Amino acid sequence: MEIVDFVEKMAEQFDETDAAVFTPQTKFKELDEWSSLVALSVIAMVDESYKVRLKGVDVRESSTINDLFNIVKARAQ
Amino acid sequence: MAFFEVKNVKISGISGCVPRTLEENKDLSLFQNDEAEKFMTSTGVRRRRIADENTTASDLCYHAAEQLIADLGWVKDEIDCLVFVTQTPDYILPATSCILQHRLALSQECHAMDVSLGCSGWIYGVSVVTSFLQSGSFRKALLLVGDTSLRSCSTTDKSTWPLFGDAGTAVAFEYTENSESRFLFHTSTDGSGYDAIIIPEGGYRAPFTANSLELEKIEEGIERNKLHTVLNGMDVFSFGIANAPDSIEKLTQHFQIDKENVDLFVFHQANLFMNEKIRKKLKIPVEKVPYSLENFGNTSSATIPLTLVTEKATELSNGINRIVACGFGVGLSWGSVYFETENIVCSNLVEI
Repeated sequence: MEIVDFVEKMAEQFDETDAAVFTPQTKFKELDEWSSLVALSVIAMVDESYKVRLKGVDVRESSTINDLFNIVKARAQ
Repeated sequence: MAFFEVKNVKISGISGCVPRTLEENKDLSLFQNDEAEKFMTSTGVRRRRIADENTTASDLCYHAAEQLIADLGWVKDEIDCLVFVTQTPDYILPATSCILQHRLALSQECHAMDVSLGCSGWIYGVSVVTSFLQSGSFRKALLLVGDTSLRSCSTTDKSTWPLFGDAGTAVAFEYTENSESRFLFHTSTDGSGYDAIIIPEGGYRAPFTANSLELEKIEEGIERNKLHTVLNGMDVFSFGIANAPDSIEKLTQHFQIDKENVDLFVFHQANLFMNEKIRKKLKIPVEKVPYSLENFGNTSSATIPLTLVTEKATELSNGINRIVACGFGVGLSWGSVYFETENIVCSNLVEI
């Protein structure tokens, strides 16, 4: 799995935020549009695309998109 | 693997009872700006029924049961077994099923017991009742399932208060010799997630103290004490979208059930966002998946029978229905059941 694809998939979970904003360093929870519903969309995206089960603590402890990517990568088969 | 099959038992009727008091989520002061609309769109819950402080889950189930017994024309002395599934019992002790046996004026020759499970509770309740009936020693049984979840939700917690509703249900089962009728189950448990939905204090692990009542602000719009329900939405969501579809896939594969031939897939009504993810993952057409979320919210253990009786009464009363039901949540506990119904009695919804 590639970070480029992951960043793109993260961007897709945000309807109003410009996709150009997203990089591996983006602190996604600091974006205005971040909400509990977007959090659930991210969990669903990771489940669908990578067959990985993210828990609340994973999202809470991740700051950047890269942080989250590393968790998913470590668990992906 | 927890697969099992029960034969020679059928469902004869279903009923439900809800409190008359209704609360509209659009009117809640908990929500700011457009939060209410966003909440209703994503969860699918627009309004819920709320039990007053004098009404318990057993009251709701009692009225549902009386209605159903009357509509079936059952003689009460013939009811051999009563199972009550709830996580909001009348007392810590005694078991509420004993209180219900007396209140319903059932025979003392009645096998009565409580089961403490929530979102998965109806599936487990069906497994218990049908297993008791299958030998033919018991002929008739009542499964009463319900919760007054709002009694333990903080009115100042937007992650629980607008989501849950109160309801009680009754399902009547009968032994039927040499019939085609069978119940097919898959059940699972993962206690590592015991705190994903939890009331932290007031039991025996962390008993009630004066501090239990202290209101704590968790974040904007979430204020609660230690006797209130805590819902870790992200954990429950990731659990549900993975395990509910998995359970149905296992059930249908193990028992060689063709999903195309199933008329109804009735899911625990967690919230619309989660339930739709589950439905789409299983590629089930929307018309086979009824919802009662809009008007009743998440009614915990009662969601599956309440959805059947409020949304599908006409279909259930007329002809054969092949049904898969799936419950998942608090425990963490989950399971699926396949069964068929034929011309069953569906009582009109009782309001008290």
